[in-house]
Amino acid sequence: MSNYLRLQFPSKSENESLARITVASFVANLDPTMEELTELKTAVSEAVTNAIIHGYGEQAGEVTIECALFDHTVKVVIEDKGVGIADIDEARQPMYTSRPELERSGMGMTIMETFVDSIEIESTVGEGTRVTLIKTFGMSNDVM
Amino acid sequence: MPLVETRFEHGVLVISLKGELDHHAVEQIRDNIERQLAENHYRGLVISFRNIEFMDSSGLGLILGRYRTVREHGGQMALCEVGASLRKLFEMSGLLKVLPVYDSEEVAVQAIQGA
Repeated sequence: MSNYLRLQFPSKSENESLARITVASFVANLDPTMEELTELKTAVSEAVTNAIIHGYGEQAGEVTIECALFDHTVKVVIEDKGVGIADIDEARQPMYTSRPELERSGMGMTIMETFVDSIEIESTVGEGTRVTLIKTFGMSNDVM
Repeated sequence: MPLVETRFEHGVLVISLKGELDHHAVEQIRDNIERQLAENHYRGLVISFRNIEFMDSSGLGLILGRYRTVREHGGQMALCEVGASLRKLFEMSGLLKVLPVYDSEEVAVQAIQGA
């Protein structure tokens, strides 16, 4: 691991931009293309938004982001201690949303899956959700 | 900071969005646009993305929600000045199958007027 970062903030929607900008700044030294950077920011934004509106909903809580760099690869872990996801396969379906009243498009998971190289979702009902995003920049074949 | 600029052009409401379109911003923008749609007689809605610096799936929900409002009103809707990264999101979501995208506001307004 060549560098790491830990960020913790209350589950307020105004922190969504703070989260994605911080992660984008963290990977800047890897010299990502604008497209790669936008993809990573979008995936992080989706995960953090899910933690705030689905993990915690009306409840107050904390979202934690841990980032680590390995050569040309970044690993970003977004974690909440909220309600958890009962059926992860269902949540990953395109157009699925558990909160249609919020005008969610149901595309957040699909966007994350498309914009990073790998995504892992671990969740326990009543305990919270941890989303791990991994993205490699450039043509490097380095492995973690 | 104003996130929405509005003007009327021959019965078409033209909304120019600014800044970063995430869940936080969308909540305020949605209420603003809905108010404009409720207070004005219109035949169509054009949303311009020229000044959008970032958008996630919250923006898709915003667009689809306004599409529903405009269709219920019997109006037409179009999008314009969509950059490459936004276009990728629109394609992924299937939005381009229901909403036309034009290169400029002018062409989008003309398309609605001619519809």
